[in-house]
Amino acid sequence: MTTESNLEKVLKSGSFAVTSECGPPRGADTEAIRKKGAFLKGYVDGVNVTDNQTSVVRMSSFSASLVLKEMGFDPVMQMVCRDRNRIAIQSDILGAAALGIHNLLCLSGDHQSFGDHPSAKNVFDIDSIQLIQTVKRMRDDGKFLSGEQIKGRPDIFIGCVENPFADPFDIRALRLAKKAAAGAQFVQTQCVFNVEKFSKWMEMVRDLGIHEKMYILAGITPFKSVGMARYMKTSVPGMDVPEGLIKRLNDTPKDEVADEGIKICLEIIEQVRTIKGIAGIHIMAIEWEHKVPEIIEAAGLYPRPS
Amino acid sequence: MIVANRKPFEEIMEMLKPYKKILLLGCNECVTVCSVGGAKEVAVLASEIRLSRLKNIIPVEIKEHTLERQCDPEYALSISSFVNDYEIIISMACGCGVQTIAETYREKYVVPAVNTTFMGSSEEHGVWREKCQGCGNCILDKTLGICPVTRCAKSILNGPCGGSQGGSCEINKDTPCAWQLIIDRLKQMNMMEKYLEIQPVKDWSTSRDGGPRTRIREDLRI
Repeated sequence: MTTESNLEKVLKSGSFAVTSECGPPRGADTEAIRKKGAFLKGYVDGVNVTDNQTSVVRMSSFSASLVLKEMGFDPVMQMVCRDRNRIAIQSDILGAAALGIHNLLCLSGDHQSFGDHPSAKNVFDIDSIQLIQTVKRMRDDGKFLSGEQIKGRPDIFIGCVENPFADPFDIRALRLAKKAAAGAQFVQTQCVFNVEKFSKWMEMVRDLGIHEKMYILAGITPFKSVGMARYMKTSVPGMDVPEGLIKRLNDTPKDEVADEGIKICLEIIEQVRTIKGIAGIHIMAIEWEHKVPEIIEAAGLYPRPS
Repeated sequence: MIVANRKPFEEIMEMLKPYKKILLLGCNECVTVCSVGGAKEVAVLASEIRLSRLKNIIPVEIKEHTLERQCDPEYALSISSFVNDYEIIISMACGCGVQTIAETYREKYVVPAVNTTFMGSSEEHGVWREKCQGCGNCILDKTLGICPVTRCAKSILNGPCGGSQGGSCEINKDTPCAWQLIIDRLKQMNMMEKYLEIQPVKDWSTSRDGGPRTRIREDLRI
């Protein structure tokens, strides 16, 4: 069964897919999201819309996805399990599908202690793997978690994330296998900086045959500055930034660091493209969206399939 | 057992502010074991209060008393002969004890001297860790004696999440990742095939989410 997702269409056609992301603004003004979107127009097959990332309150991913949908994008709506129970989750899935959102990325969500409301109560009624199962059940069996029938099944291409750099390393491929078994059709990985470790993970992924069951998109993030690289290494949980890359940025004259960051990013794209089983890349240019077209063009991934 | 922390002294003094005759009530159970509300801690807090009042020249009369178990009405009733001699009862028991005393002596103002924190166990001298949330539907057989509902910050039943690093949880390096512990144990027991089973959506109705819980054992009722 194929959904109306453009991302699914591109991946099924065998083209190397490119996705990127737009973080919704911290306010009710849609201008910020339109501005970020404008940079990406024509350069991506799907655009992720983050769901209160790092537990900081922002415009809902559902609303921002609709704005991007209006602009002609194929939104990949991210949904975390932190803030909604199974009632709200299923309701939002129906709502999103009803309004033409056909990709859902299922995540657990960062703990609220990282965000701007650390005193909040969390939900975690279900986890990310159970969320994948829930969407699949709603779409394929036409049933709610309660077992009751759905009138009008949600047409959703199901995505997930995996962090090859988190511990324990040796179960990270197995965990992806569980996600594939639960019904995930594509995965976007955590940012790849350590290509060697990523290749080892992909080897385990291939040994389990997961690359034949789902599309794997490698996460790519360009470094804007040395400070950002250091911050990602030391303060972002589950991030693996090799010391060599930080040194390389550090040794670059200050006014050339951003260019060097893009250069590193292009090298990583080149390297991951040669890894068997990689079906595309997911570029997370945090507050640097205007650089995404440049990266995609320089990587030889423009124009996108229409 | 139930683990608690004593409230800050200033907060306790604020609650006691208008009162001169105080009954300070300890409990011999969990709060004694975790050294927060037993006879010893009752004596320490009583001394602190007396000293503070002396310094501020405000009279106070404190009776120190520790019950065998504050969460049991039988023991709660054992203080009925002198309860009325005091204006306020400050309890050093867990929330269950405070509520039992308040229910037993409805005309009395009963206040807590401790914050009840969790159900846990002692890992080493002076270290307690949360181990159980009383979800009412135990899965420790599936996770080899390590509870992800309680010990994973996100209660993930199919973990670990992407924040597990070096054996620690993403929220704090001093919190072990429950799923790292589970996987270590699965490997040790040669039971990794259990990891591949997807744990289904949990029925939380047996937990606090189903509403306050009551247990009635007809065979024990008199």
